[in-house]
Amino acid sequence: MSRVIISGGRVLDPSRDFDGEADVLIEDGRIEAVEAGIEVRGAERIDASGTWVAPAFIDMHCHLREPGQEYKEDLASGSRAAVAGGFSAVACMANTDPVNDDPSVTDYILARAREHAAAKIYPIAAATRGLLGEVMTEMSALRDAGAVAFSDDGKTIMDSGVMRSVLEYSKMVDASVIVHAEDLCLVRGGVVNEGPISTRLGLPGNPSTAEDIHVARDLRLAALTGARLHVAHVSSAGAVDLIRRAREEGVRVTAEVTPHHLCLTDEAAMGYDTNTKMAPPLRSAVDREACRRGLCEGVIDVIATDHAPHAVHEKEVDFIEAPPGILGLETAFPVVMDLVRKDEISPLELMRRLSTRVAEILRVPGGTLAKGAPADIVLLDPERRWVYDAAKGYSKSRNSPWDGQEMIGRVIATLVDGAVVYHSDRGVLVH
Amino acid sequence: MIGRDLLSIEDLEREEIQKILETAEKMCEIGRRDVKKVPTLRGRTIINLFFEPSTRTLSSFEIAGKRLSADVINFSPENSSLSKAESILDTAKTLDAMDPDAVIVRHAVAGVPKRIADVLKAPVVNAGDGAHEHPTQALLDMLTVYQEKGQLEGLTVAIIGDITHSRVARSNIHGFRKMGAEVRIAGPPTMLPPNPEVLGVKACTTLREALDGVDVVMALRIQNERFRGACFPSIREYAATFGLDRAKLRYAKDDAIVMHPGPVNRGVELAHDLTDHRPSVILDQVRNGVALRMAVLYLIAGHQSEAGRFA
Amino acid sequence: MPDTPPTGEIDPTPAAAHSGRVVLDDEAIRRSLKRIAHEIVERNQGCDGLYLVAIPNGGVPLGRILVDDLEEITGSRLPLGILDTTLYRDDLAVRGERPLMRETVMPSSVDGQVVVLVEDVVSTGRTIRAAMDALMDFGRPRAVQVVALVDRGHRELPIKIDYAGKNIPTSAEEKVVLRHSGSETQARLEMAVIKRSSEAASDGGPGELRT
Repeated sequence: MSRVIISGGRVLDPSRDFDGEADVLIEDGRIEAVEAGIEVRGAERIDASGTWVAPAFIDMHCHLREPGQEYKEDLASGSRAAVAGGFSAVACMANTDPVNDDPSVTDYILARAREHAAAKIYPIAAATRGLLGEVMTEMSALRDAGAVAFSDDGKTIMDSGVMRSVLEYSKMVDASVIVHAEDLCLVRGGVVNEGPISTRLGLPGNPSTAEDIHVARDLRLAALTGARLHVAHVSSAGAVDLIRRAREEGVRVTAEVTPHHLCLTDEAAMGYDTNTKMAPPLRSAVDREACRRGLCEGVIDVIATDHAPHAVHEKEVDFIEAPPGILGLETAFPVVMDLVRKDEISPLELMRRLSTRVAEILRVPGGTLAKGAPADIVLLDPERRWVYDAAKGYSKSRNSPWDGQEMIGRVIATLVDGAVVYHSDRGVLVH
Repeated sequence: MIGRDLLSIEDLEREEIQKILETAEKMCEIGRRDVKKVPTLRGRTIINLFFEPSTRTLSSFEIAGKRLSADVINFSPENSSLSKAESILDTAKTLDAMDPDAVIVRHAVAGVPKRIADVLKAPVVNAGDGAHEHPTQALLDMLTVYQEKGQLEGLTVAIIGDITHSRVARSNIHGFRKMGAEVRIAGPPTMLPPNPEVLGVKACTTLREALDGVDVVMALRIQNERFRGACFPSIREYAATFGLDRAKLRYAKDDAIVMHPGPVNRGVELAHDLTDHRPSVILDQVRNGVALRMAVLYLIAGHQSEAGRFA
Repeated sequence: MPDTPPTGEIDPTPAAAHSGRVVLDDEAIRRSLKRIAHEIVERNQGCDGLYLVAIPNGGVPLGRILVDDLEEITGSRLPLGILDTTLYRDDLAVRGERPLMRETVMPSSVDGQVVVLVEDVVSTGRTIRAAMDALMDFGRPRAVQVVALVDRGHRELPIKIDYAGKNIPTSAEEKVVLRHSGSETQARLEMAVIKRSSEAASDGGPGELRT
């Protein structure tokens, strides 16, 4: 029997609304108790004084690029970036090469993960074959193979009839359909948010209406079908409003927002740095405020990074040619801590949105410090200052707008099933 | 100003614009000599890095550099095997290693000259980046207006056409406004940018409103290859609603001048009789282009070497 | 253009107007020029084929006076060119800022003419060298002669003055300037020796060549 005590920290467990100083006892990789003053013989002690102790984060939206684009990232490097960012588990999107639209690809990913990954990997399978938006995937077979949700993220299902069928069919496997909601006909090659910034920059604009229209469409279809819809990377004030109203009407919708949409605006693109290009784009201050409020109120349920690695040479081209997307796993915590620092949300509620609620939506273990739960735990120092150097990070890629910047808030340690897999002093500790 | 990048009019101070225009005026005289050459930039290297094809602007910069006795070299990546996806920064670093005194960059996408300037020691001149800016064009336009009107302060300028996609429009808007002129824009609503107030201009919905009492009318080129259907239904309709002819010009001042960055789609943006004859000053614009670019190169080409000398 | 002095006028130096020591007042300047005009006529046996070319800024008002004086003496009004030498300077590589250009107006051809360059102050000789290079780009003069109202020595190139108004020895920390005296509207000139300011000492200030 192996025993570990994490002692002296401020324990935050959203699953039981607990916020207070306590010790956490772990036995054989599972949580045994959370209370003050635990004394047990033969237990390894981890000193957590001055830190927060919370369920480790779960990211329900990231791109790990394996199979097929391992030069950008793979399960090994991506999962290391994840644990360095405090995530014990990540759900990876299906836009790999080949696309994860067949159980054989799902099996491959899980087998590679078992061998190489430092964190738990939950594959998200494609909603349509090849992400072409035409023919549904074999959701049942994919579910059996281990897929936790379905999404064509990276692409959008433009045909509303197909979208309806996908939602309808998904009820059979009781999984969420995660949508990248953008009307591509309106986007029409836009690369920055349409507005004063796109006018000044002379770049084609992508209006927030493109997102609002598809969010509205998908919400209506979710209402029609009764399926579970999850809106990925909400970025527009209009979308937040639509989701709020649909929720009130009883539509089974959940939503996520990225750290960058919570903290940056389209102003960041003024220098044409392609590390400020993502889809959906960074939007106006009004949109950012709406996303922050939406997250704090719970209209947006969770934070998800949309970690999208791209190679240096792919990003060092002109703004239109560059692929959209930035890294997110290793910087998520300090970036979203801005909400706590500005008193918009409490630490406990932030943890809920990074962990507990994610586990609920994906229906995977974790996000809790209840007895018997796997000991996926993160130790956080909310005030530690450090400089993020993307070249020294665990991701193979470096496309982050925070590269070289000082961050406030650091992951001190990440435990997966009771084992310390990452420590800020020693790095990732897995083979 | 030596070593200063010229990436946009938006970044220029009024005094800098003034200095460039004054210098360009003096450079005009050289184009009237027999021997159209001065030794000023002898031995300096100027590289034209044109990712987007252009005969007029390229040859204008080339003549300008050669009249100053510089060695001018043309790199056209769009002609070579370099693909669109070649790292711009790699290209820039390669050029940097040749230690040029100025690099002129044109690209179909906004922001590339700036990214290159961030890497290069040498000053970068933006010869047009996507829909963002074309500073030397606006400067030669301002010079032409100055020669005609004696001053820029207090004039009204109307820019007509596809403003959204026009770098000439953006640069001219910034330039004329900095020099104290009022600028109006007009075009089909699908060709006006969102939030024009951020540029400081009045967006007019009819040609008549834009031309009312105006001193300068600038017609922009319609790129029919790209936009027909999406932004306007037909050339015929564009010519009827926003094309300029003598009849419509009567809304402007009697001594209003007509400008166009070229090449003109005759009968579309400008009627035939407005293209070649007064009040059109299009040929003066072209002539001023070389003098203006000579002034820019004279003022900025070069950078401080380790010895502390300015090249 | 609003802020450029009109062509050929010398820059009024308001603050310095009463500083330095005046070495030639208006009367003395005009007397020197009259004497120089006679010397030009004598040396060239009349003024056939003569072309006065003034170097801005200081040379221009002096050139105009000379044209008047020569007309008084010979009855012919000679053409007056204005030749800016900025683009031919040899010191562009050691300056922090490109000097402002001045206007060039060459109403006649220089081919076969005796060009008489008119400059206010000659010191190192570099401006005259630059002016000659510029002249060669305009054509082929039969000869080139040089008028300098003031020769202050410190020659660095083998340039000779054919017609000098006055030799004024000065130190390297001083400079000699032609300026208006009294009010700006009076066409009264004076030549003064003033101290270089600390910035001007290093590069002669924008537009000012160490001549």
